[in-house]
Amino acid sequence: MAAEGNARRPARSEVHRRQREKNIALLVVLATLAALFYVITIVKMGGAG
Amino acid sequence: MSQTAIPIRTRTAPEPAAAVDSSVADFVELLKPRVMSLVVFTGLAGLIAAPGSLHPVLAAVALLCIAVGAGASGAINMWYDRDIDARMARTRNRPIPAGRMEPGAALGFGVMLAVGSVAMMGLAVNWLASALLALTIGFYVFVYTVWLKRRTPQNIVIGGAAGAFPPMIGWAAVTGEVGPMAAVLFAIIFLWTPPHFWALSLYKADEYAKARVPMLPVVAGKAETRRQILLYALVLMPVTVAPWALGYAGPVYGAPAAVLALLFVIGAVRVWREGSEAAARMLFAFSIFHLFALFAAVIADALLGGGGRGGAW
Repeated sequence: MAAEGNARRPARSEVHRRQREKNIALLVVLATLAALFYVITIVKMGGAG
Repeated sequence: MSQTAIPIRTRTAPEPAAAVDSSVADFVELLKPRVMSLVVFTGLAGLIAAPGSLHPVLAAVALLCIAVGAGASGAINMWYDRDIDARMARTRNRPIPAGRMEPGAALGFGVMLAVGSVAMMGLAVNWLASALLALTIGFYVFVYTVWLKRRTPQNIVIGGAAGAFPPMIGWAAVTGEVGPMAAVLFAIIFLWTPPHFWALSLYKADEYAKARVPMLPVVAGKAETRRQILLYALVLMPVTVAPWALGYAGPVYGAPAAVLALLFVIGAVRVWREGSEAAARMLFAFSIFHLFALFAAVIADALLGGGGRGGAW
C-alpha cells in the first residue's frame, strides 16, 4: 500500500504543477485583459478611435 | 475538373484514452500558432494598406482579435477533426488525439475565444470588422471543417476563403468599409490557397487517403492535381499584380509581385512536368515565402508611399 502511494505521488504532483501553471497563465490573461480594457476605454474617451 | 467518388465522412476512429491533465503548451498548440502568424501578417498588411488612420492601440487590438479569432477556429477545428487527426502522422501528436486533452475542453476554449474576439473587435474597433471576423470563424468551422473537408476535393478551394478574410478585416478595421483593394487582397489569398495545399497533398496523399480526406490527389489523381496547380498559378499571376496594374499600389509592390508570380509559375510548371516529390515540396515551401513576401511588399509599398491610391496608416 505504502509503495503504491509513493508511486502515485509524483504523478499527482505533476498534475498539480500543470494546474498551477494554468492558473498562473489564466491570471496573466485576465490581468492583461483588464489593462487592455482600461487602455481601450481611455483611447475611446479621448476620441482617437 | 474530373471528380470521382467522394469518400464518405467517417468518425469511427476511437476516442483517445482517458485524457490526462493538459498543459498551457497544449492550449497554445490548439491555436495553431504557425497558421496564426500568417493570418496576423496578412491582417497587418490590410491595416497598413488601408487609407485613413487608426489609433495604434486600437490597431493592436484589431490584430489581437484577428489572431485570437484564427486561434479559436484552429481549436474548434482540432476538436471536430480529432478522429482524422489521429490517423495522420502529421497531426496525431496534437493534444486531443495524443490523449493530453479532453475534446470538450478544446471546444469550450475555442468557442470562448471566438465569442470574445468577435465581441472585443466590435466594441473596440468597429462592427463591420467584427462581423467579418465572425464570418471568417464561421466559414472556417462550418463551411470548411464541418461541411466541405470530408466531402469534396473542392474543400480547400471554397474553404480557402476563410484564410483570405484577414487583410479585409484589417482594411475594414481602419476604414469601416470594404474597398476594391481589400477585395483584391482577398482574391490573392483565395487563389493562392489551392495550389499551396495541393502541393502539400501531392506528397502527403497516402496520409490523406488513410484519413479518408478527399484531397484532390486522392480523388482525381496526382496528374490532375499537378495540372490544377499550374492552372491556379497562371490565374494567380495577374491577380497578384492587379494592385499595381489598377493603381492601388506602386512599383515597390508591383515589381516584387511580378517576379514572385513568375517564380511561382515556374515552380508550378516544374511540378507539372517533372511530377517529382522534390518539386512539390519546393513549391509548397516557396508558396509560403511567396505569400509572406507579397504582403511584406504591400506593407512596404504603403509605408514608403509607393505611388498607389492605398493610403497610409
